[in-house]
Amino acid sequence: MNGPLASFLTDANFKSVLYIVAFSLFIYGLSGLTGPKTAVRGNRIAAIGMSIAVVATLLVDPFHNPVLIIIGSLIGVGVGVPAARKVKMTAMPQMVALFNGVGGGAVALIAWAEFRTSGGFDVTPTYIVVFSLFSAIVGSVSFWGSNIAFGKLQELISGAPITLKALQLPVQALVGLVAIGSAVAIATGSTSEGLMVLLLISAGVFGVLLVLPIGGADMPVVISLLNAFTGLAAAAAGVSLDNQALIVAGMIVGASGTILTQQMAIAMNRTIVSVIAGGFGGGGGDAPAGAAGAGGGTVRSTSASDVAIQMAYARLVVIVPGYGMAVSQAQHAVKEMANLLESKGVEVKYAIHPVAGRMPGHMNVLLAEADVPYEQLKEMDDINGEFKRTDVSLVIGANDVTNPDARNKADSPIYGMPILNVDESQSTIVLKRSMSSGYAGIDNPLFVDPKTSMLFGDAKASVEAITEELKAL
Amino acid sequence: MSALSTTVLGVAEHASGSSSTLLTNLAILVLSGFVGYAVISKVPNTLHTPLMSGTNAIHGIVVLGGLLLLATGDDLGTGTTIILFAALVFGAINVIGGFVVTDRMLEMFKAKPEPKKAAGDDEKGGK
Repeated sequence: MNGPLASFLTDANFKSVLYIVAFSLFIYGLSGLTGPKTAVRGNRIAAIGMSIAVVATLLVDPFHNPVLIIIGSLIGVGVGVPAARKVKMTAMPQMVALFNGVGGGAVALIAWAEFRTSGGFDVTPTYIVVFSLFSAIVGSVSFWGSNIAFGKLQELISGAPITLKALQLPVQALVGLVAIGSAVAIATGSTSEGLMVLLLISAGVFGVLLVLPIGGADMPVVISLLNAFTGLAAAAAGVSLDNQALIVAGMIVGASGTILTQQMAIAMNRTIVSVIAGGFGGGGGDAPAGAAGAGGGTVRSTSASDVAIQMAYARLVVIVPGYGMAVSQAQHAVKEMANLLESKGVEVKYAIHPVAGRMPGHMNVLLAEADVPYEQLKEMDDINGEFKRTDVSLVIGANDVTNPDARNKADSPIYGMPILNVDESQSTIVLKRSMSSGYAGIDNPLFVDPKTSMLFGDAKASVEAITEELKAL
Repeated sequence: MSALSTTVLGVAEHASGSSSTLLTNLAILVLSGFVGYAVISKVPNTLHTPLMSGTNAIHGIVVLGGLLLLATGDDLGTGTTIILFAALVFGAINVIGGFVVTDRMLEMFKAKPEPKKAAGDDEKGGK
């Protein structure tokens, strides 16, 4: 490239202006996500901002490695677009975890490449090394942590909390190793690539051990946290590369991810630290003895036709969806059942707990896919006052978020967690696969409540059976 | 180009090592944090998944790091080139997949059997 146009396009200030346009679009686009009507446009505006940032970055003269850049981008499109298009809505948490993971991996790899091109940690000024190391370590933690989260959600790895006391020492040792390694790298300006690789690997192992012990029910917190990690790593990479677009975008994600994580943790009445520290009541010794400890009550089992009759003559039915609905992909069946109930004059609402499912807002996405009107989805604070006048609460594969022990039993591991007050309704029907306890592994007195009856089986099959019975009425 | 704009934007090619670059970048960092906080704290629970997915796509901006180092890197050597190529592929998957999947999700929130259609329906592609 030459001539006045080329020199204008590759001018650093022109690039900065494009970056400013790009992150203005990010911010404007993201603020569109505050409402369902502006959200689609907001996301597209952010995507346009991203395109502008990419173009601005490529305005360099001379332009090296064009073939590699084109091939790499095409592979990214070839993998990313079909995956994003085809993924089932029920598999969304895995997909988000995976996309987050590759992002974190990219940051770590960039830091590694930066190390190689600058000839080691011996870079002046030192702050560049500090930020580069931060992005390498946090990026690696995010990559491996997200992959484990993916494995758990995809059920390649057991989703249950794995609490191994034996893991605590290695984790502490790893943290120490990473800290000492980083300190040495910064202080000595080491040029040893072995040290860099050691740091990347230790951080990766730490990421694995961080997520491995966390139970499925805590996944909304974890996924949100890993998302924040990748954002912060990207922002740090931006400082070390002196690239403002990276700083702004990374930091916005870091900040928003941190807030979201905090909100999820509050919704479970737990601190982020206690979630990371592993499974519920990790103190040991307080685990009740399974089904025998079910409060001495008896479980009442019911049939689809009974449930249909009960609901058909109700005034208000509140549906409480949980992870069980996602697993059996029952959302369309639920919507069909709700339509039928409404045609019989029954008012139907949905009670959505903030941490129901495996990622923030998981249930909302599934029900939106099934075309459930936005207005019928009630947040916890809005619906809790209504349970007293609810005739039938239909709990579909939700457990811990309805457990009255969280309100009543001070020694319960989930005591203090805000729950949906399903037990206040006139009657409760619980759809559940079996009598096994939830991910938290604790008993739910709701199931033995005299007002509760249980319909065992796959959620989708049960809902379809109820729908058939409703049609016959 | 004025010296002021160069300093404010922090893009001085000669000054990548100066402390003023660090301070400028730190200022941008801190302010962006507050912007992120302000924008996000208004998002309703219902949209938490698309929000996370959308911010997930935005941190795919790391792809710029890969692009930058590849496009400006003369004679990188095989090892570094492979690392950067992998970073580019990862970043591209993150950013493109992230935006597409968010778009798909949000379409569902919009496609309600509501009497009035949401504004902006016809602006497919956004531009």
